[in-house]
Amino acid sequence: MADHAFLIPLIPFIGFLILFCTLGNLPRYWVAVIGVGSIGSSAIVVALLGIEFLSQKDPTPYAVHLYTWMNLAGFQPGVSFYIDGLTLTMMFVITGIGLLIHVYSSLFMFEEEDYSRFFSYMNLFVAAMLVLVLADNLLLLFLGWEGVGLCSYLLVGFWYQDSANGMAARKAFIVTRIGDTFMALGLFLLYQHLGTLDIQPMMHVATASWAIGDPTVTLACLLLVGGAVGKSAQLPLQTWLPDAMAGPTPVSALIHAATMVTAGVYLIARTHELFLLSPIALNIVALIGAATLIMAAFTAMTQSDIKRILAYSTISQIGYMFLALGVGAWASGIFHLVTHAFFKALLFLAAGAVIYSLHHEHNIFKMGGLRKKLPLAFWSFMIGSAALAALPFTSGFYSKDAILLSAWESGPMGPGLWAAGLLGALLTAIYSFRLVFIVFFGATQTEPDKPAGSVMAVPLLILCLLSLLGGLLTVPVSQVFPPATALDHSGLIPAVTLAIPILGVLIAWLIFLRRSVDLGAITSSAVGKFLVTFWFRHWMMDSLYDRVFVKPYTFITLANRRDIIDSFYNGFAGALRLLHDYATLSQTGQLRTYALVMLMGVVALIAVFAGVITP
Amino acid sequence: MTEVVVIPMEHGLLLAAILFLIGLLGVMVRRNILLILMSLEIMLNACGLAFIVVGAHWGQADGQIMFMLILAIAAAEVSVGLGMLLQVHIRIGTLDIDLASRMRG
Repeated sequence: MADHAFLIPLIPFIGFLILFCTLGNLPRYWVAVIGVGSIGSSAIVVALLGIEFLSQKDPTPYAVHLYTWMNLAGFQPGVSFYIDGLTLTMMFVITGIGLLIHVYSSLFMFEEEDYSRFFSYMNLFVAAMLVLVLADNLLLLFLGWEGVGLCSYLLVGFWYQDSANGMAARKAFIVTRIGDTFMALGLFLLYQHLGTLDIQPMMHVATASWAIGDPTVTLACLLLVGGAVGKSAQLPLQTWLPDAMAGPTPVSALIHAATMVTAGVYLIARTHELFLLSPIALNIVALIGAATLIMAAFTAMTQSDIKRILAYSTISQIGYMFLALGVGAWASGIFHLVTHAFFKALLFLAAGAVIYSLHHEHNIFKMGGLRKKLPLAFWSFMIGSAALAALPFTSGFYSKDAILLSAWESGPMGPGLWAAGLLGALLTAIYSFRLVFIVFFGATQTEPDKPAGSVMAVPLLILCLLSLLGGLLTVPVSQVFPPATALDHSGLIPAVTLAIPILGVLIAWLIFLRRSVDLGAITSSAVGKFLVTFWFRHWMMDSLYDRVFVKPYTFITLANRRDIIDSFYNGFAGALRLLHDYATLSQTGQLRTYALVMLMGVVALIAVFAGVITP
Repeated sequence: MTEVVVIPMEHGLLLAAILFLIGLLGVMVRRNILLILMSLEIMLNACGLAFIVVGAHWGQADGQIMFMLILAIAAAEVSVGLGMLLQVHIRIGTLDIDLASRMRG
């Protein structure tokens, strides 16, 4: 199968080419067949490759060299793939979840005018994402990285007729570009010091040539983290993700929940040998994760747009992954990536089903009482929220529990990180069940008109199953990462970790269903009002960035509207034009004048040559 | 035996210069293209005369050869010039050169 690894990203790319080149002239049926079929074929190849790889007694990672991309004085990045447990895990998620979401979209997007354009972008996204995880050198990884960024931009702005969507797409693109710039600088630095960008040799050279705590490796790691926080929407670059919800819901499910936003986690996990050389960078990753997860969880509690709640919850959950990476619980972080892909894709698709049935209604306070009307969406939401809140024995429980326990045991910062994660877990349970209770219980606000079709039901059911039972899976990354310390599941700490989500659900139940607590009194008090507004606007980060970066920038551009540097060149051109105008005055068109001038010239020349006058 | 009267070179050159100036003045003051062309011919012939005079003075044939060349040039110039003159007459309807000044600026 190794010889066929190139097919994995190639098939979706061909799907993209077909759909793109036919410019939407194919019948919808064929668009769906090509768009979904390409991902399906790719998923089959991945499955076969995975079975072959994992059925070996001692799976050995291998590289597949396709061709040399370029050859520049010894710098020879290849288009070559590296396949190990981590790559396989990511590919399972991308093609598996990707296939389910494509199947779902084939009905969800059916009435869209640009059905073909949607699937062409989606296929291109999957191809780029597969290149990202398959790449065996950081340059090829960067190609995939930028490719998914492009597709994210195209799909967030899919409904471009509304300029707000276009602005959201630009925001997503520009903010992630800031991170990408850091990442590019990191690649330059690594290449300068290590002389290669091939990941495996690079890690060996790095381990051999740098001592632990070397400032250079710390700088390189921090630059990579800069790229990762941009792509994965972590502090301080997380502001783009909530706005990215302007795209169609399947896009939010695939790109902005399950796959692309976890690329940063993948990057750090892939280069974990570098990070092991820099404890400072690892601590910063953990702190970023902890801070982001709490901030986003508070924000998610106050939102009213169903997709924005899920977006903030995504930011928060990726915060958990960063926390896991930061405390060295690599496998747990990747495990949480996988389970999060299951339940967050489920939640988004279920939200899509609700939105689909309610004429594109996003406001949760205009929903309500949908439990009986939309049973499939209700149960999907119940299961997804349970997994998101990490209630015992759901998939999210296994991964989040492992992360929190690893955080507890991770040295001096451990208890603090654990407490932060625990607070986040409490908030997660509250906001996810707040969503469920408001949307599905209580009085009916809007009458649903069309139920989700069976094509949408099947992916939801499969994802329900995965969200419930995903915890039983083992992520085949034991060979990729250094062995983790066995976690102690007895004693007080694990018990508290287990109990907190249940407490959160109880609180949500008391507030939003029983209404035992008067929420209005709390939120209408001065402090409450301030906090709700503060959290609703995500800790004022957007306004802060607006004041600090956007406003000064627009001020400068407006002030410099007539470019200062341009004015120099324009002045030069203007002077020449003036001279030209004077020179044209001599062109009278009078032949006799010309003859006279010629005569004067000749006389002058003769005078010079005869020595009468000296110039 | 007749006495060979040698005309001094200076006289010849003076005549050539006077002819040249007459031609030049004609070019500059005349407005009729036909007369301008004729003045040009006078200037060319003045040059030719100067060559011949100098060639005779030095006893060399070069001057006469140059005169042949000037004759050829003059013939070519007149044919082109007359062609243009015809065109000017057709397009502008007059031979006044001052009216053919549309290319100013």
